[in-house]
Amino acid sequence: MPWDVLAKTLFILIVGVAMFAPLVTWVERKQSAVMQDRIGANRADLFGIRLLGLLHPAADVLKLITKEDLVPEGANRVMHLIAPLIAAVAAIVSFAVIPYGAEYRFGESVINLVAADIDWGLLYIFAVGSIAAYGTVIAGWASNNNWSLLGSLRASAQMISYEVTMGLSVVGIFMVFGTLRLTDMAFAQDASFRLLGFLESFGWWDPLPAWLGWIRLPLWGVFLQPLGFVMFLAAIMAENKRPPFDIPEGESEIVAGYHTEYSGMRFGLFFMAEFIEVVVIAGLLTTIFLGGWSIPWLSQATIIGGITPVFGSGFANLVCMAAHVLTFLVKVVVMIWLQMALRWTLPRFRYDQVMDLCWKILLPLSLANVFVTGTILLLIRGLG
Amino acid sequence: MSFDAALFYLFGALATGSALAMVLNVRNTVAAAMSLVITMVSLGGIYVLLQAHLVAVIQIMVYGGAIVVLFIFVVMLLNLRSDAFPPGRLRALKLLGSAAGIWALARFLGALGPNLPETRPLPEGFGGYRHMGRALFTDYVLPFEMTSLLLLAAIVGAVILAKRRIGP
Amino acid sequence: MIPLEHVIGLSAILFAIGTLGALTRRNLIVILMSIELMLNAVNLAFVGFAWAWSDLGGHIMVLMVITVAAAEVAVGLGIVIAMFRNRDSVNVEDVSLLKW
Repeated sequence: MPWDVLAKTLFILIVGVAMFAPLVTWVERKQSAVMQDRIGANRADLFGIRLLGLLHPAADVLKLITKEDLVPEGANRVMHLIAPLIAAVAAIVSFAVIPYGAEYRFGESVINLVAADIDWGLLYIFAVGSIAAYGTVIAGWASNNNWSLLGSLRASAQMISYEVTMGLSVVGIFMVFGTLRLTDMAFAQDASFRLLGFLESFGWWDPLPAWLGWIRLPLWGVFLQPLGFVMFLAAIMAENKRPPFDIPEGESEIVAGYHTEYSGMRFGLFFMAEFIEVVVIAGLLTTIFLGGWSIPWLSQATIIGGITPVFGSGFANLVCMAAHVLTFLVKVVVMIWLQMALRWTLPRFRYDQVMDLCWKILLPLSLANVFVTGTILLLIRGLG
Repeated sequence: MSFDAALFYLFGALATGSALAMVLNVRNTVAAAMSLVITMVSLGGIYVLLQAHLVAVIQIMVYGGAIVVLFIFVVMLLNLRSDAFPPGRLRALKLLGSAAGIWALARFLGALGPNLPETRPLPEGFGGYRHMGRALFTDYVLPFEMTSLLLLAAIVGAVILAKRRIGP
Repeated sequence: MIPLEHVIGLSAILFAIGTLGALTRRNLIVILMSIELMLNAVNLAFVGFAWAWSDLGGHIMVLMVITVAAAEVAVGLGIVIAMFRNRDSVNVEDVSLLKW
């Protein structure tokens, strides 16, 4: 019985799904309020304690559970039920490959803080994202409603278009790190590189003097592939129908798009799925581009090597584990903040603008990114 | 029975069941498409059990995530009603033909069994993206490049077919 | 260990079900989906043999088949849309003008 996988799954479910996702609903309300110079939702209270509106997620869940589950007349009951289930399950299952810590040795046992260390972890995320499209597509069809059908037509085209761009924009990262395994990517980002080291690799200033070689950046994906970061951010926000790409949800155009006819806990599942996906996007961006669990300029070897002579190896690994998990959570919070800031700053794209962005702008740019990355890697690493 | 074999039979039963549901479902085309998705994903699971990891992921991403979505997209676009297909005639002939086909299949499988060459052991990382990438760009580079031409022809054909009138 | 005959048996059963669908259904979209099922059954056979005889060519063939299937679905659905625009129906019995 794989107890460690069970423990890690429980950790992900409790921290990621049950703690972070409701927190993200609160962040959405409060951050938008701060950005728009108002107070936001702060009325939910427990015996008079208001807690800055932190009880609103609990109030939301209670409201959604106690509301009536309506199925519209003429709708396909089975599909109406399974559509939110597909969306929610696909969102939660994506957490399985995201590493929130490195490998730690306690005596002879080694703990690897990731639920499933798959060799093709990044492709797993894309595959699950492709299946998540069905939640939206079936929801619109099953509702027997014109607005829902329009929403899900737009959603299906948008989601399958942006899957292509999502895949292509990380090919650059794949070439640089040479692996699809997310744990190896996080390990590879646990180092630092000299900012002006390219001068030495190209032979223009060989060897680089010490006073210039002192400027080091952590070997994060965002510094190695800045264009890839921007493109992947745009593509994955469009894939998950986050504003400004929330054409399928409409909200003032087509009533509520594909989830018009959903109420009660069925809508609750769609609602939760969207915010769990916000956390998944943040986790993915952190792992691929921001170095995952690694502390900048302080590699794991440095921390363990520093603490072991004083307190012993077990305690050093424990401190390192706590530090890494905390760093990961801080980076995830920063990425959530970034998505919320993008949501409340940009107006919604028109549908043809969304499609133009994917096929006419992001696709050629990602191909150009692959070409340029390949050329630079060839120049740095040489042939063979 | 090992865990792998149990999973294989489970996925196989799921694939067969949903394939039958797809073929026998007369009323609802979208329900047939969803059954096809279940078949695709079960087959993807079987590919993972057969150490074909890259093929499994590509199956789920391309077949399950794009091709069947395209089917459902067309069904929604054309807004096909479920009462457009009255039940067919010649039921007895259909059943007889199906039974004959399945019996022929069973005979074929029976003849196949003892004549297969023996299995060879698999190298490390078989079916992973590194081996496949190397094979695609060294031994099989010609089919790989020809599929790009094929996809270009398909894109041009699909766009022309789906366009409305061209010119006055 | 999974016996190879069972893998090929499953592939043959799925192929038979797909043929059944392609021959007996009248909805053009379901016929196309049955053809996809047949292609999937063939893919399973290729992967099974590649696993048994440690030959990567089986996987390469599966990639080619998936590509061809994607192209065929795109063009096939284009034909379905064109047909629907002309005759307002996707029943194959409505496009049987060339039948004797």
